[in-house]
Amino acid sequence: MLIIKDLNVSIQDKKIISGLNLEVKAGEVHAIMGPNGTGKSTLAWAIAGNEAYTITGGSITYRGRDLKELSPEERASEGIFLGFQYPVEIPGVSMTNFIRTAINEQRKYRGLQPIPAPEFLAKMEENKKLVGIDSKLTNRSVNEGFSGGEKKKNEIFQMAMLEPTLAILDETDSGLDIDALKVVANGVNKLRSKDNAIIVITHYQRLLEYIVPDFVHVLYKGRIVKSGGKELALELEEKGYEWLKN
Amino acid sequence: MDNEENSLLDHITQGEYKYGFVTDIEMETAPKGLNEDIIRFISSKKKEPEFLLEMRLTAYREWLKMSEPRWAHLRYKPVDYQDIHYYAAPKKKQELQRLDEVDPELLQTFEKLGISLEEQKRLTGVAVDAVFDSVSVKTTFSETLEKLGIIFCSFSEAVQKHPDLVREYMGSVVPSNDNFFAALNTAVFSDGSFCYIPRGVRCPIELSTYFRINAARTGQFERTLIIADEGSYVSYMEGCTAPMRDENQLHAAVVEIIALKDAEVKYSTVQNWYPGDKEGRGGIYNFVTKRGMCRGSHSRISWTQVETGSAVTWKYPSVILLGDHSVGEFYSVAVTNHHQQADTGTKMIHIGSHTKSTIISKGISAGRSNNSYRGLVKIIKRAQNARNFSQCDSLLLGDQCGAHTFPYINVENKSAIVEHEATTSKISDDQLFYCQQRGISTENAIGLIVNGYAKEVLRHLPMEFAVEAQKLLSISLEGSVG
Amino acid sequence: MEQIVKTMSLKEQLSDQFQRHRDIIGRNDTPLIAQAREQAFHRFMEQGFPSDHLERWRNTDLKRTLSLDYDQDIVAPALNTEVSNLLRCNIPHFDTFLVSLYNGWYISENGSWITRPDGIVIGSLAQAIKHFSTLVEESFARIGQATRNGLEALNNAFAQDGIFIYVPDHVSADQTIQIVSMVDHDRNLLLQNRNLIIMGKNSRLKLVHCDDSLNQQPSFTNTITEILLGEGAVIDHYKLQNINDNSSVISTTLFHQEANSQLSTHVTVLNGGLIRNDIYVDMEGENCTSDICGLYLVDKNQHVDNQVQVNHLKPYGTSNQLFKGIIDDHARAVFNGHVHVHRNAQKTNAYQSNKNILLTDKATVNTKPFLEIYADDVKCSHGATVGQLDQEALFYIRSRGISYDNARLLLMYAFAAEVINKITIEPLRLRMDDLVKKRLRGELSICDQCVLHCRTKENTVSFDIDMSKI
Ligand SMILES: Nc1ncnc2c1ncn2[C@@H]1O[C@H](COP(=O)(O)OP(=O)(O)OP(=O)(O)O)[C@@H](O)[C@H]1O
Ligand SMILES: [Mg+2]
Repeated sequence: MLIIKDLNVSIQDKKIISGLNLEVKAGEVHAIMGPNGTGKSTLAWAIAGNEAYTITGGSITYRGRDLKELSPEERASEGIFLGFQYPVEIPGVSMTNFIRTAINEQRKYRGLQPIPAPEFLAKMEENKKLVGIDSKLTNRSVNEGFSGGEKKKNEIFQMAMLEPTLAILDETDSGLDIDALKVVANGVNKLRSKDNAIIVITHYQRLLEYIVPDFVHVLYKGRIVKSGGKELALELEEKGYEWLKN
Repeated sequence: MDNEENSLLDHITQGEYKYGFVTDIEMETAPKGLNEDIIRFISSKKKEPEFLLEMRLTAYREWLKMSEPRWAHLRYKPVDYQDIHYYAAPKKKQELQRLDEVDPELLQTFEKLGISLEEQKRLTGVAVDAVFDSVSVKTTFSETLEKLGIIFCSFSEAVQKHPDLVREYMGSVVPSNDNFFAALNTAVFSDGSFCYIPRGVRCPIELSTYFRINAARTGQFERTLIIADEGSYVSYMEGCTAPMRDENQLHAAVVEIIALKDAEVKYSTVQNWYPGDKEGRGGIYNFVTKRGMCRGSHSRISWTQVETGSAVTWKYPSVILLGDHSVGEFYSVAVTNHHQQADTGTKMIHIGSHTKSTIISKGISAGRSNNSYRGLVKIIKRAQNARNFSQCDSLLLGDQCGAHTFPYINVENKSAIVEHEATTSKISDDQLFYCQQRGISTENAIGLIVNGYAKEVLRHLPMEFAVEAQKLLSISLEGSVG
Repeated sequence: MEQIVKTMSLKEQLSDQFQRHRDIIGRNDTPLIAQAREQAFHRFMEQGFPSDHLERWRNTDLKRTLSLDYDQDIVAPALNTEVSNLLRCNIPHFDTFLVSLYNGWYISENGSWITRPDGIVIGSLAQAIKHFSTLVEESFARIGQATRNGLEALNNAFAQDGIFIYVPDHVSADQTIQIVSMVDHDRNLLLQNRNLIIMGKNSRLKLVHCDDSLNQQPSFTNTITEILLGEGAVIDHYKLQNINDNSSVISTTLFHQEANSQLSTHVTVLNGGLIRNDIYVDMEGENCTSDICGLYLVDKNQHVDNQVQVNHLKPYGTSNQLFKGIIDDHARAVFNGHVHVHRNAQKTNAYQSNKNILLTDKATVNTKPFLEIYADDVKCSHGATVGQLDQEALFYIRSRGISYDNARLLLMYAFAAEVINKITIEPLRLRMDDLVKKRLRGELSICDQCVLHCRTKENTVSFDIDMSKI
């Protein structure tokens, strides 16, 4: 589904990712771990298409298409969802309208009619229950004044509403209490199917107990230095990253 | 305000100027008043080349047509420009070569100020160019600097030895007709400092000058010119004190900085001219034009000032951001007490693309003083992707003072991002209480809070200065700052 | 009708007109008003029109406005149509009591002096001189003494008509009162009128004031509105400006607040060649609050200048300024908010914010958020920004699949919504909301129809996204 070849990414002339390779097939769950500041979020931005991050070499192919040609909204409509490490506050834009607009624009892109209001409302209710947020939040402006945990739940809520094919969750687990963590895991597991793929970026093995990954990769200084099965996460938890640094 | 706080503020605002003493040295002084003859006198005294005399005379003629600016938030007795000595030089017995040849009384004066040249030389490795009244008396450390090709000397010396550099750069940032005071300065400037850092050289020590106004009814019109050639770096410190005098003394300096490609200049000022007494008698009128030009791409000029002195301050250290990716910075702490008035701030003129400026201004008003921030941020049409951030805070100590903020923001390019924030408040009771609860006296608490408040600016000062600046803050707000 | 001879400068023309017709201009005056008028005339002759040497006029140049020739009527011209034809308001469910100024002169279906059942008196200024002479005299004296600029003096010299509203003590208006100033003529017109609104103790009023032009003919309006809030009075004041691109409006509004009064004023500039709003708020009593908001959406060669001066004269006052603007094409926006906290105005809270979005490189913004503070126990802050839409937010929205154009629109609207949402009269808010959306979509670019009296049946605007839910 996603093939990253020899990827190089820079921000403001500073090289962050150099020569990264990764393949994610439909139905798989990949976990990406690694020390702070090694380029995990940068990778996520590059896939989602943030223009501040320039791809200076290599390619990202998603379902056979070179992502370079696609704007961020086209990528989203193609089914890529990014759960932000730091979700953005947008004062003045209500949650409900934001999500409905997103759904309808994505449907338009796929040649579908706008979502009928009752269907939309039912879906909202269902997903609010799923992630355990109430209308008080959805009636507010996007992320404005949300607590850290609420923002993260809101990302999962949006993921559930948008039903992506490839979800990238950038540290969606940090700042969450145990119950919330289960909620996130639930949301992700619900999305899990043979047609979808998920990339979770995390620092904690704990999340991986709930979302069991097929592969675990260690990103260090802009490249993947080790890959393995779910055991690797346990090993990292125990030994840290030092042993991988050379 | 409760009683304790009241009496404390009284205490703070009763503090007297600690640097007031008069040095008794024989002076050679021009007669009072200003006319073309006086200008010719100054110029010939200094054996200046023809072009400089011409420049002085042109400026003088321009000046005659100008009127004193009145737009600042300042009130003062008009200056009688004919009642001023425009030239005062300490009588020199001979050319001074070594420190111990300097008039001992002069050295003592510096020592009283806590800035003895010897001390400085030995302990801090600071090269000091001391401007005593109007003539630069001594430059130390010049040999060390000479080896690197750095020219650091009095302005007069530069006129004699490097007339081409002076001719090329003087007036290129502050034209003689720039404003009333700059024109006056250009006409009658006596001396000052000159500094040239050659291409690629990082000046290894902080360069420093001390200005001191000494004689009665002498104006101080010094002129500073700093040129940082491509890829060079220099940090420059200016300190000013003036003895106590009853009359108001005039000070109208001009500082010009030129930063070529990739060059960086840091200019730090600690200004504690005599502010006048508690009743507002006497004190310096400080009407200064300071401006830097980031001429080359990726150049950087940064002004840091701690202003605690002068009866009246009119001063806007500015940066013209001409080169692409150039950076201008302005960090200021201005303290006014008693009857002091300050109208100070900066101008950031964005011309090149990707230019960036930062303004941090902290005003502290006490007594019956008035303290205004006035600043301009201008982004012209061709300045793509310019950025400015300004933060201008005011702190009021006591209910008889004023704190004002007058920012001007002009933007003509849509890619610009300009943000200005300002707050005005007094020290909050919560903060005071919190300190008190931890056992800190109100007096010390105010000191702590004021220093914390100014920290953002103070940390931009060179080490040697930071200590002095903190001391000055405490003197200016006597008794409160620990 | 007085035809002004075209060889003279506007100032000379006005001087000539005043001297030749002072008897007609002052035919309704009391001796005190006549005296104030005379003084004001001399002051105008001394000061002339404001030039850019004045701090408050640095960024607004009246040259173009003053270069035109204008006619100024010194007696009300005959109306060539039915009043009721002119006065129609098509905002759905917007029930207002309507009074109008037609080319600067008072007109109403209900006559020039009415006492409503709720006790509120509404009439023309000319009538008010008869019925409430002291109040009018005081107003003329106040403006006569003001030395801020020549335009106020000029208005004081010439103003004969305008709207007068008196709300007695403890009366709450049960209906919104709407003033519509319409300019509709085939000559270039200079209009100078004076509105005076007096609110008694604990009275309440909602007032909507619209400036419209009905064609593209140039006009120059120099108008002053004085609003006096008695102790505990509460006013909700709205001003909508939608005039043609060839016209200039200098609108001075002076609010005087007595203790415990609450002011909320809200100006929306949708269109106009040159629009200048001078808003003065004097908090003359303790514990006053005032909210002063503005939204300006300008394009083409338009020029909008909002000058706000809030004078905190007494303790416990709170003021809040919020001005936002989107500037397109060659347009220019100027803002100067001046908060002045006087020595004994302790415990003042004053906030001020001006935010601008520039859409082109030809557009310019000059903003000057001033604070002048002489009391120490205060909390004052201000902020000003100029920039584009938040890039991070733009990316976030796009990453959810929303197109670039719509993401932009969404953010622009959200930017404006903060101000629109402060409108508390529901039908008006919905209408403004709608107009702003249209304006942002470029569908209301050159509006040669008045905002509230659209003659053509309005096309419904269809948004890809439903912004009403935002
Ligand atoms: N806008 C930017 N400007 C400059 N440097 C940046 C910018 N964004 C990221 N970087 C730098 O790029 C590097 C990689 O950042 P990134 O956010 O991808 O790290 P990360 O692996 O996600 O770290 P963490 O685990 O802390 O989230 C860091 O050194 C960071 O400082
Ligand atoms: Mg990260």
